[in-house]
Parts: sequence; structure tokens; C-alpha cells
Amino acid sequence: MLTIKNLHVSLEEEDKAILKGVDLTVDPGTVHAIMGPNGSGKSTLSYVLAGRDGYDVTEGSATLDGEDILEMEPEERAAAGLFLAFQYPVEIPGVGNMTFLRTALNGQRRARGEAELSAAEFLKLVREKARALEISDDMLKRAVNVGFSGGEKKRNEILQMAVLEPKMCIMDETDSGLDVDAMKLVSSGVNALRDRGRGFLVITHYQRLLDHIKPDVVHIMAAGRIVKTGGPDLALEVEKNGYKAFEEVA
Amino acid sequence: MATPAPAAAPADALIGRHPAPPKGATWAEAARAEARARLVAMGAPVRRDEYWKFTDPARLTDPEAAAAVLVTDEAPVFSAFERLKIVFIDGVFQPDLSDDFSLEGVEVEHLTDALSRDIHWAKDLYGALEAAGQTPVVRPFAALNTATASAGVAIRSTGTPSKPISLVYFHRDRVSDAVLHHIVRVEPGAELTVLENGPAAARFNKCMEIDVADGGRFNHVRAQGRDHERLAATHMFARLGQGSEYKSFTLTVNGALTRNEHVITFTGDDAKAHVAGAAAGDGAFHHDDTVFITHDGLRCESRQVFKKVLRNGAVGAFQGKILVQPGAQKTDGYQISQGLLLDEDSQFLAKPELEIYADDVVCSHGSTVGAVDDEALFYLTSRGVPKSEAEDMLVLAFVDEAIQEIEDDALADEIRTRLAAWLARRR
Repeated sequence: MLTIKNLHVSLEEEDKAILKGVDLTVDPGTVHAIMGPNGSGKSTLSYVLAGRDGYDVTEGSATLDGEDILEMEPEERAAAGLFLAFQYPVEIPGVGNMTFLRTALNGQRRARGEAELSAAEFLKLVREKARALEISDDMLKRAVNVGFSGGEKKRNEILQMAVLEPKMCIMDETDSGLDVDAMKLVSSGVNALRDRGRGFLVITHYQRLLDHIKPDVVHIMAAGRIVKTGGPDLALEVEKNGYKAFEEVA
Repeated sequence: MATPAPAAAPADALIGRHPAPPKGATWAEAARAEARARLVAMGAPVRRDEYWKFTDPARLTDPEAAAAVLVTDEAPVFSAFERLKIVFIDGVFQPDLSDDFSLEGVEVEHLTDALSRDIHWAKDLYGALEAAGQTPVVRPFAALNTATASAGVAIRSTGTPSKPISLVYFHRDRVSDAVLHHIVRVEPGAELTVLENGPAAARFNKCMEIDVADGGRFNHVRAQGRDHERLAATHMFARLGQGSEYKSFTLTVNGALTRNEHVITFTGDDAKAHVAGAAAGDGAFHHDDTVFITHDGLRCESRQVFKKVLRNGAVGAFQGKILVQPGAQKTDGYQISQGLLLDEDSQFLAKPELEIYADDVVCSHGSTVGAVDDEALFYLTSRGVPKSEAEDMLVLAFVDEAIQEIEDDALADEIRTRLAAWLARRR
């Protein structure tokens, strides 16, 4: 599904290399975790895949179901089925959460040649998904992420994921800023979306999120490359010994 | 040798552009003569005047109004609202298109009728607030208006009218040069909502004098749009009594040049004035909001909220002043003016001013200029919102603080819808 080959990325303004040859393949129905120390390039990888400005891809490729996503605009990547749950969801005063989500969903549907949802159909869909995540009507009515607690912002990300039903979900440190209860809620939201056709790439510093969202494959990233790949046990090894050994490998 | 700056058009040349109004009562003729004398004394404005440094008045002082192409591609704003409609085409009243003037709680007359009576409430108002508003800064187009206006309405609210008075201005003659003067009195405890919309003329000079008595409430929502080439200089002069409320909102889209002035004076205590505006300009668009609020009562609150979205070289200007007179204690004055520039060719010019002679007041002002927030834009597009729609959402969000100043939610939504449609057409 998601195939990344020898991806090299620099910061546009500083000409500084961040990713130095990332290779990764996520198959449908699998959950991959990427762990790594600060500054290893995890967030950069997620941003580059989602299409944020400010990065230069100097070498390599990234495709989703064979389509070159690096050539697409962010909204085209979304319509193609890519979703990034942000580490820091952006607050947008004046833009209503529902208006935003409906415009996003219908924008994607239009791009794929599907019929748009009416206001009533959309409302029914959102209410149903929101209930499972314990998101109140009040939160739905507010401006995008404005006045939301850290946990509410992350739940709102998962709500968007649930409504948009992407093929490939990238989650950038979704566990940061979550207490135990919120982590369970978010994890069960994610687990509910796990199915045969959908791939996940879960980026995290810590093993604890992976207790709730069980990965099939764990990668260790250090200094802009994936330095080790293994099963779920690899996460436990990191928890025990830290990243030091892997940084030396890099 | 340097070329001397072109001389200002003499005041009588400005007066000569307009037909003489029908002869009124002695007091009305005196008010017009005094306005003429004021205009002659102050002369026509020129770019080098401090008050016109952001906006060149040349196109407003030219002998002829430049031809403005007519645009008729959408239904007029407020069409769906219950209202008493009064229609002018190129500054001329249209009886066939207008509603009957009778409405419980409010008296509506033609300005010329009001000015022809020997005894009329208009006597204390016509030209009076305009004259008072000429100090400390002169406003020549307002004096010109009082001197030459031959149409307009006189509205006196004595109760709670069931619907707004809606002034609709059509533009049909490509070179029309229209002058309208309205006078409004809101009696103690009474209410009134006035709506205004339409391009009015190729060049439009409009003045409204509003006297809100103690405990009265005046609401004003205006949409200036449509014709890309029209020119307009408008003035709202308001005098606010004890415990009264004044709220005015203006949406401006299109138009080559618009100068909207508000001159508001609190004469009583515990009154409120909120003045807001949202302007969206594209290309040859120059929009100027000039506001002067004088606090001369205790515990009065004033808010100025102005937002401008500009692209393709459009220019937005804001001059806003809060003057707090000695003794106007517990004044609460707030002013914000913000420009959102969608490209590097556009400009936002701002001159916020506070002048305070009382020691127990809260006054704040802010002025910012910026571009669309890239983080927010990326967030929206990463969810599948097309970039142009995402930009529009952020633009609407930016101006919404001004739109929220509209008291009536349905009218606020009408303005939002109108602006969204305009943005969508510009994509």
C-alpha cells in the first residue's frame, strides 16, 4: 500500500538533510510503529508524506497504491486515502468543526467522483462516530480545536479519521499529552478502524501507546534512517535499554 | 522646475455639479446656506491633507463622475427579509418599486417634504450633526451633501417597528453622480433597524444623521457591493443620548473607491456604540474606513472592529480615533483594525489614534496586517479541503469578528452567505 523507497529529505530553507534514505512498506491490514529519539526525523517523515511545505525531497520516492504521492497537493493526497493525525492539531478560530469536517469529506468525495453527503446525512454520520469517542455536541459545534484540551484535540483527530475513513493512517505522536483514560479512548477509536484494507503508521517515542494499539511491525529510526525493524518485542527492548544502542548503529 | 500640485476644485464647482434642491422652509434654506458657507470656507479636499493621506480624493472631486460599468449578476442582498423597502435609482426615489411608508411605530417621509414644513423635528437635525462633526476635522463631502441633497428620507421611530427600514440603491445610469441625505431620530426608548444596500450610482455621496435619544436603540446593517468601478463617499453622524445603543456594520465588496466615515458623539452617560466593517477587495479596489468617536459622557462603551481582505493590489485604509473628553470617566473604548493580504501587491494602511483627557478610562487599540496562516491552511488541505475553499474558510473566519457585531443573527448569516458567494465567484 504505502511504499517508501530511499527517501532523502532536506529542510528547504537551511539545506539541512533530515531523512537520509528511508525505506518502508506498509501492507494493507497492518500496523507499523516507528520509534526513535527526538530529532531522528519521525515527524519530518509524516509531514513530507502529508505534503507540508518547507521540505525538499532530494532523492527517492513514496507511493500509495502505486501512485506517486509526492507529486500531489495535500488535498489530493487526502482524497487518495492518506491521513495524518497531527502531533499538534492546529487551532482555527472562526472555522466551525462541523463545517470543516463536512467540507473536507465532501471535498474528498467530489475528488473521487462520489456523491456529496447532505447536511442531514453528514450529521448522522458524525454523531455516530463522535459518540464512540465521547465527543460532545458542544465540541462539534466549537471552532476547530479552539478551547480544546490536549486530550480533546487528539480525540478530534481520531474523529476526523473515523469520518474520512482513509486507507492509510499516519499518527504522529498521538499519545503525547494524553492521560491514561484519554489514551484508552483514542486507542479504542483507532482499533475500531483496524481492518484488512487499512494500513497504519504509528509514530511514537514510547512503548506505552503500543500496549493499546498492538503493532505488527516495529521500526527504529535514528539519524534520518530506519536502523532496525522487528516484531512487537522490539518496542519492549527500546523501553528497557533506550535508544542509545540504535543511535550508535546509525 | 517642479510641477505645482494641481489646485483643488473650488467649492462652488463641487456645488455646481449637482442640481439645486427644491426650495424648502426658511430654516431648511438656512441649513443649506450654512453648509455651502462651510464648504466654501474649508475648500475641497486634496491628497496632501492629513485626513486624506491614505486616500486620494481626486476622483471624488473631479467635475464629472467617471463611467462605471453596471453589474447585475446576483439577487440583491436582504431580498428574503421582511422589510419596508424604499428604492432609489441613481439617487432618485422610485415610488413603483418602493413599499408604502406606513408602519406602526415609525414615521417615514421624503426628506424634501420634511424640509418644506415650517415646523418639523428635522429642524434640529438636518445639517446640525454634520456641522458639529466638522470639528476638529473637516469633512467637505458631508457639507457638500447637506448643501445639495435633493432626495433622501426622514425617519422617526417612536416605538418598536416590526420590520427594518430598507434603503435600496440601484445604479442604472453609467455616469450618475447621486447625493442622498437621510435623517433619523430614535425617540426615547424606541428602536429602529435600517438596512442599506446597492451600488447607488457611478459616484455616490451619502450622508445620514442619526439622533438616538435616551434609551433608544439604533441598528444599521449595510452592504456595499456589486459594481466594480463605482465611487462612494459616505458619512454617518450620530449623537447618542443616555443609555442609548448604536450598532452599525458595513460589508464592502467591489467598488473602485469607497470612503466610509463615522462620526459618533456620546452626549449622555451609559451609552454604547459599536461600529464594524468587513471589506473584501480584489484589484482596483480602494477602501477607507474613517471613524471618529467622541466620549463626552460617563461609562460609555465604544467598539470599532474593522477587517479587510485584500488581493491583486487592492488597498485598504483605516483611520480610527477615540477622543475622551475631560470628565468622561469610566469610558471603555476598544478599537481593532486588521488587514489580511492574500498577496504581496496589496496594502493595508492604518492610523489608530487615542486622545484621552480623563484619568479613569480603559482604552485599547490594535492594528495588525498579515497573510493567511500556512499552518491552518495545511491542516485544512491535509484533510481534503481544496486549497481555494480552505483559503475562503480562513478569510471568512478572519472577518467573522466584525460580522459578529451584527445584533441580528439572521442578518449576520445573510452577510456571511453574501461574502462566501463573492469569494467563491473570485476563485
